[in-house]
Amino acid sequence: MGAMDISVITQLFAKASSLQRKRAVLTVAAIAWGTVAILMLLSFGQGLRDQLVRGKHGMGENLAVWWPGETTKVWEGLPQGRAIRPRMDDINYLRGRMPTASNVVGEITSWQTTLTWGTTTVSNRVTGVNWEFGEMRYHWPRAGGRFINTRDEAEKRRVIFLGNELAEDIFGDLEPVGETLLVNQAPYLVIGVMQRKIQMGTYKGPDEGNAVIPITTFASQFGRQQLSNIVYKVSRPEDMPQAQREFNEGLAAKFRFDPTDEAVTGVWDTARGAEIMDQSMLGMQIFLGIIGALTLLIGGIGVANIMYAVVKEKTREIGVQMALGAHRSWITWPFVLQGVAYTLLGGVFGMVIALVLVSLIALVPVEGNQALEFLGKPTLSWHIAAATALILGGVGVAAGYFPARRAASIDPAETLRYE
Amino acid sequence: MNWALPKRRAAAPPSNGHIIQMRAIRKVYDTGKIQVEALRGIDFEVCRGEFVAVVGPSGSGKSTLLNLLGCLDTPSGGDYLLGGEPVAGLDKDRLADVRNRRVGFVFQNFNLLPQLTALENVEMPMLFGGIGRKERRRRAVEGLEKVGLGDRIDHRPTELSGGQMQRVAIARALAMEPDILLADEPTGNLDTSSGTDVLSLLEELWNQGSTLIVVTHDTAMARRANRVIEIRDGLVVDDQRTSTARDSAASSDGTAN
Repeated sequence: MGAMDISVITQLFAKASSLQRKRAVLTVAAIAWGTVAILMLLSFGQGLRDQLVRGKHGMGENLAVWWPGETTKVWEGLPQGRAIRPRMDDINYLRGRMPTASNVVGEITSWQTTLTWGTTTVSNRVTGVNWEFGEMRYHWPRAGGRFINTRDEAEKRRVIFLGNELAEDIFGDLEPVGETLLVNQAPYLVIGVMQRKIQMGTYKGPDEGNAVIPITTFASQFGRQQLSNIVYKVSRPEDMPQAQREFNEGLAAKFRFDPTDEAVTGVWDTARGAEIMDQSMLGMQIFLGIIGALTLLIGGIGVANIMYAVVKEKTREIGVQMALGAHRSWITWPFVLQGVAYTLLGGVFGMVIALVLVSLIALVPVEGNQALEFLGKPTLSWHIAAATALILGGVGVAAGYFPARRAASIDPAETLRYE
Repeated sequence: MNWALPKRRAAAPPSNGHIIQMRAIRKVYDTGKIQVEALRGIDFEVCRGEFVAVVGPSGSGKSTLLNLLGCLDTPSGGDYLLGGEPVAGLDKDRLADVRNRRVGFVFQNFNLLPQLTALENVEMPMLFGGIGRKERRRRAVEGLEKVGLGDRIDHRPTELSGGQMQRVAIARALAMEPDILLADEPTGNLDTSSGTDVLSLLEELWNQGSTLIVVTHDTAMARRANRVIEIRDGLVVDDQRTSTARDSAASSDGTAN
């Protein structure tokens, strides 16, 4: 396309842009509405996605959880059906065998244990853990408290760390840190309360209901050393298969079972879970995007409709322009530009409205709001804006192109013949 | 006597003087079920500086002929040379260029663009012809002055009378200094006095050297032409070059409706 073409097209476009105002306003509004719809859907999708990621990470990232099991394969003369039951001391052995894992911890759980403070008694699970558990499983202490440390574990101190819900159940609004809590009548010092967090995945119940003590203290008081489960962590998700291999081989060597026996080696791999969730969230966003795009498409059909009407109304004028020597592209391009102009105008309005809406929703406090706690805050990202702009552009070009094609197919001889 | 040549009927003048040469032109409209043969073999030439009136009853093929002459439509058969160049086989944009540079159209219903001023209407073909903004404006003002509308350049068509609109249309048709001016019933929508004005304007243009082909029912128009071609059923049935207009008017009187 030469400079002259562009010059002619822009001049014709400038002359033709004064149109029926009412129809144009309605059409621009339809596009704006479609844009708001697509942006809000995608923003809510993004917010939900962020919230779910945050929630999933609430338990900790890149973790694998292992539970004891029974063998299903014979191995080196040993029969199947043997119970594999690692003990507290095996954690150190496993740490030695798993260079890829950034950490390994054991848990021993006592269900329905009596917790008493003053006249308040609740029945709750109590879990003995290694001190590294706090950082791996994101048990961040509230201000004024702390998690179990190495000395607690080494010296078998009677200290207890509480989930925030459990702490509230027992202590109400009072500060639990420094209080003495009886665990099966044995006194424990409350050293910390977990910060509130959003958590999706769980294997014993939400962490906010946890009561955690040093694993060594647990062994002394409850007389149990058999682990309820093992948790190990890698620093990067892609290290997980290697860490699992090391774990299986280490455990199998010690307990003499087939390292390929999945009944024993099976774990809950949160890194893999995260991958699946990422994909399904992406799927959800695409789905929402399609719904939004369809809404926008209706607006686009509105634009195309108005353009068709304009072509029909201007049939004679187009015929005259052709008779005077207009090339077909000089007829079609102003229509395409008009379609794009209407669509972009509506798109800009829609983006402004969506931005205002998202900003308003952001002012609503999330704390204590069930809906927002689950949905998260709608988030307008650059990706979303770019994707919307792209769809808008496509809709605009299509809305202008098809009517323009009809305009170009006008036969000047035909239109000029009749009144 | 060389200048007596226009009196001779159907004698072919030398081709370098021909602006239009048509040989065995046919036009068939295919409506699907039936084929309508609007032109059944037209032969004629038009020389530079002629004023040709095309007369004939409705449905005789006059408008079809005018569309073919103006390259708005392409013939189904035959040869058409416009300014010595064959028109057949040109694509739509090249035909548009031919219309732009060689042909000026004047329509019965003016066909001005309603949202544009008189000046912008006259500028339109020059825009398509690639003439720069300033030059366009200068020539458009000049053209409007020439047709007596120098004081109406910023008026829109709705603010002009029929006669004024037709004069704007004529200025527009002349803007690109075309080889021929094609007019289809240019006075058909005008009252007598406006029609006379427009007729005088066309005659004046002819006197200044323009080549005019006018389809008309108007006997006054036919009387002023130097040549009258009568068409019936898609064929040329009469072609008279005359200096005395009344002779040709007589032949067209009976056919006008």
